[in-house]
Amino acid sequence: MAPSFDHLRDADVDEDDYDEDEIDISDLREKYEVQLEQGYDTFIVIDGLPEVTEEQKPKLVKFLLKKLNQVGRTKEDQVYMPMENGKSLRFAFVEYASAAEAAAAVRQLDEVPLDKKHTLRVNKMTDIDRYGREGRVDENYVPPKIEEFTEKEHLRSFLADPSGRGRDQFAMYRGDIVGVFWNNEKDPPENIVDRNHWTESFIQWSPLGTFLVSVHQQGVQLWGGASWSRQKRFAHPFVNMLDFSPNEKYIVTWSNRPISIPDEGHPQLSLDEDGKNYVIWDVETAKPLRSFANLDIPASNDSHATPAKQQPKFPWPAFKWSADDKYVARMTQGSSISVYELPRMNLLDKTTIKIEGVMDFEWAPATPQREGVKQYEQLFCFWTPEIGSNPAKVGLMSIPSKQIVRSLNLFSVTDAKLHWQSDATYLSVKVDRHSKSKKSQATTLEIFRVKEKGVPVEVVDTIKDTVINFAWEPKGDRFVIITTPEPTGPTAVAPKTSVAFFCPEKAKGSAVGNFKHLRTLEKKNSNAIYWSPKGRFVVVATVANQQSSDLEFFDLDFEGEKPESDKDLTANLQLMNTADHYGVTDIQWDPSGRFIASWASVWKHTMENGYHVYDFKGELLREEHVDKFRQWLWRPRPPTLLSKDEQKQIRKNLREYSKIFEQEDAERGASADLAVVEARRRLLDEWLGWRASVEAEIEEEKLARGLPKHPVEAEAKAPETGEEQVIEEIVEEVLEENEEIVP
Amino acid sequence: MRPILLSGHERALTQIKYNPDGDLLFSVSKDQQICVWYSHNGERLGTYKGHQGAIWTVDVDPTSTFIASGSADNTIRLWEIKTGRCLKTWDFPTAVKRVEFSEDGRQLLGVTEKRMGHLGTIVVLDVILEVDAEQSDERALTIVCDESKATVAGWSYLNKYIIAGHEDGSVSQYDAKTGELLDNVPVHELNMQVTDLQWSPDRTYFITASKDKTARLMAARDLEPLKTYVTDTPLNSACITPKKDYVILGGGQAAMDVTTTAARQGKFEARFYHKIFEDEIGRVRGHFGPLNTVAADPTGKGYASGGEDGYVRIHHFDKGYFDFKYEVERERERENRL
Repeated sequence: MAPSFDHLRDADVDEDDYDEDEIDISDLREKYEVQLEQGYDTFIVIDGLPEVTEEQKPKLVKFLLKKLNQVGRTKEDQVYMPMENGKSLRFAFVEYASAAEAAAAVRQLDEVPLDKKHTLRVNKMTDIDRYGREGRVDENYVPPKIEEFTEKEHLRSFLADPSGRGRDQFAMYRGDIVGVFWNNEKDPPENIVDRNHWTESFIQWSPLGTFLVSVHQQGVQLWGGASWSRQKRFAHPFVNMLDFSPNEKYIVTWSNRPISIPDEGHPQLSLDEDGKNYVIWDVETAKPLRSFANLDIPASNDSHATPAKQQPKFPWPAFKWSADDKYVARMTQGSSISVYELPRMNLLDKTTIKIEGVMDFEWAPATPQREGVKQYEQLFCFWTPEIGSNPAKVGLMSIPSKQIVRSLNLFSVTDAKLHWQSDATYLSVKVDRHSKSKKSQATTLEIFRVKEKGVPVEVVDTIKDTVINFAWEPKGDRFVIITTPEPTGPTAVAPKTSVAFFCPEKAKGSAVGNFKHLRTLEKKNSNAIYWSPKGRFVVVATVANQQSSDLEFFDLDFEGEKPESDKDLTANLQLMNTADHYGVTDIQWDPSGRFIASWASVWKHTMENGYHVYDFKGELLREEHVDKFRQWLWRPRPPTLLSKDEQKQIRKNLREYSKIFEQEDAERGASADLAVVEARRRLLDEWLGWRASVEAEIEEEKLARGLPKHPVEAEAKAPETGEEQVIEEIVEEVLEENEEIVP
Repeated sequence: MRPILLSGHERALTQIKYNPDGDLLFSVSKDQQICVWYSHNGERLGTYKGHQGAIWTVDVDPTSTFIASGSADNTIRLWEIKTGRCLKTWDFPTAVKRVEFSEDGRQLLGVTEKRMGHLGTIVVLDVILEVDAEQSDERALTIVCDESKATVAGWSYLNKYIIAGHEDGSVSQYDAKTGELLDNVPVHELNMQVTDLQWSPDRTYFITASKDKTARLMAARDLEPLKTYVTDTPLNSACITPKKDYVILGGGQAAMDVTTTAARQGKFEARFYHKIFEDEIGRVRGHFGPLNTVAADPTGKGYASGGEDGYVRIHHFDKGYFDFKYEVERERERENRL
């Protein structure tokens, strides 16, 4: 069994047979000694102050108070600055109104520069007493023991496929077993590791595929390396959700139960985390950086909001990461966005960004490169509804400058959804508008061209129907939307939908033309769009639907003939294949864009759980029914290390590579067939051998018992020595009877 | 060929059995009567009336003179096939779930239910193979299953062992003379009951079906597991086809869950697996309830299945069935011919 929290706990229990008195726990006691209420919990000690005279002192105190009052409540007479010979000793004691405020002061004011020369060092008084008391500090400097360097496992060894075929890995969670496999296309996947009860609720990959995350009641664990050993653990009790920063540097965990730190302490969390719901951790050190409580979602008293559109209780993810892990932000709906700088987790410029009415925001998924903007920036977009006579607004804000790069005023807005394209080249804002009477609805797509000068905005088509899904082509400039004439309500039968494709017009040079409607497919049931991570191919599917469950595979750069009507467009749409996977609930492309897996998870229903694997053309490679199938997750890959030129080179010589690969495939196919035949031959031999041995044994035994070879036949033959009996049965069947009167 | 649909029962089938010549098919169901049919055309020859409760099991002796039946009215009855006369009734404290004649027909075993303070037992009765003989009331042997009750049992080759399948998924081997427990092997998943046990023609190996969705082929002499057939549905019955190396498995969603699931979901199909290679070869649809029992014609010409839906379906194999061979098997045949 995998070592898990569970397991550890059991081990603890097993140790009952020790005499508890015999265990020397004095070192532990010292380490985890609980600081009882000593009356000094509200005090802090500030070091690093400038030396002042009696006259200067009030000025300094006043200046200090400004800072001190940012985190809690204190007064001038609660600051005590000892003096000696008319000079201050460069430190001060401060009393706060509560211990929590004191703790906050230590956390937030420590290492805050006072001026160019002086930096505040803030400690709890109890800590000074505890660690700095006489005798606690050794007079002689003892160099800290540096742990011997032990080489860690290579966490990215998974990229080197031992078969040399560049296969992708995936994790499968079925029943209570979690396993990681190599994708073998048509053949059964090759198991790498399989563990019972590896996770308690679900599994997840880190965004670059380095770690496999298991979720337990006691917290989150990360696994990786060739031996699948535990790499990190984040002991957030009763954790419900987790989210990585895009570069795997940090992790946010969330539990709907506030953390409660037991009296005897917690191995990873401190009292600061008590009562909090979110914890932001540093992945490398596995230490908590900062924790937050849930925000109360203000009850929506906005008359525009229909009851069906009410926000879920806790929006997830609440903390959103910028593309380079430098910032994390959380929105307080309707009033502000708080941006925190990492790794210190302090508020950017120490203030939240007030945006009245803000409904939603979204970071650019890549570090943007805007034309004419040289300095570093991250962008996020947000939108605010109409407030009073002010129009609704969509804004793009640059961080850290907090400048609004672009904003767009909109009228009669019911709702808006923000969709970034994966390179942060475009931002599409799907705006649901209502007419003046609020009776009819229409949707427009406002597309921001982020990389072009001045961020021009283009409006694409007014769509009468409700848009239920939208997806950009990754790294591309085309998109697919799904619309439905009626709003999706709690009706038994989902309404028919239409799937529409859009692409830019051809334009001169490298510019991208206007977005144009390419095609609409009517009377569909589709409700989900899955683009290949490499672009070009898209799967439009009907998932989690009782009536239908079809997958349609489209190619947007079909190499065949192009219809005349599309000659000005940068796409050639072709339906390549359709597939049906009864009861499909989820679909995922593998990171290379070569395969696509669809599965029916027992979490949604219990009918025909299992998975299908298709290739990008929509050809079914493999299907398997697996009882209690829960999850399928392709292991993500980190971005390629090849430079643009190297990639180009490979693309150019693709034909040569593919020759080699095709030959390898053919050879492997032949050898696989051979192996199957060989295995069957072996089975048949084994079987025949076994039969022969059993038959011989019985013969022998029969002889020993003096029985005839075939008891039943012998018995049956005995009476047959008489004459053979022939039984004839004559059946007469009257077909018709006619009575004729003969005259 | 089109299957023959036998609609003589009013309730769920519990067991069907061919006689050794394969011309008669006996079927029992919960509706308290035993039917006998001509297997080649599905005509009903007659019924055997007398049981006062659901009949769980039936078996034919090797000479096709008698049948024995076990019922929920706590009796085993012995009938004359030709006349339908009940020759003997043995009374037991609890229901009888399985009967089987020994290879020579001189002994009959019965598996009794565990209920009302009585432990499950396997009893052996001596049978005199004459119609007018006075059958003895004595039990030749009683094996008490105190660990987990037996659900099915049968005689091995030469009446050497009694093999029993248990409620906990294990299979036991008893000495047929002394009743001594020789071996007990956990074959199926724990507490997934063994639902059927049927023999190869020479009774040297047998197949067990279980609720754990697998069927297993095992050797009688040492309970060595030979093959495993994995399906996606709980199994109620399994049999080994003579002449061809196949096994037939029947099952489906548990009867009590059927109304809550779609027909597609029910998996009410007979499944054919290759006995040696363990591959699924084909499925036969038709029943609209789970298959409770399947039986192979001892002459190898067909098979029959009985379902929770109250129908028996007799199938005669087409040419394709007999022609189907793996390349490896063909190769072996060629070698043998040379």
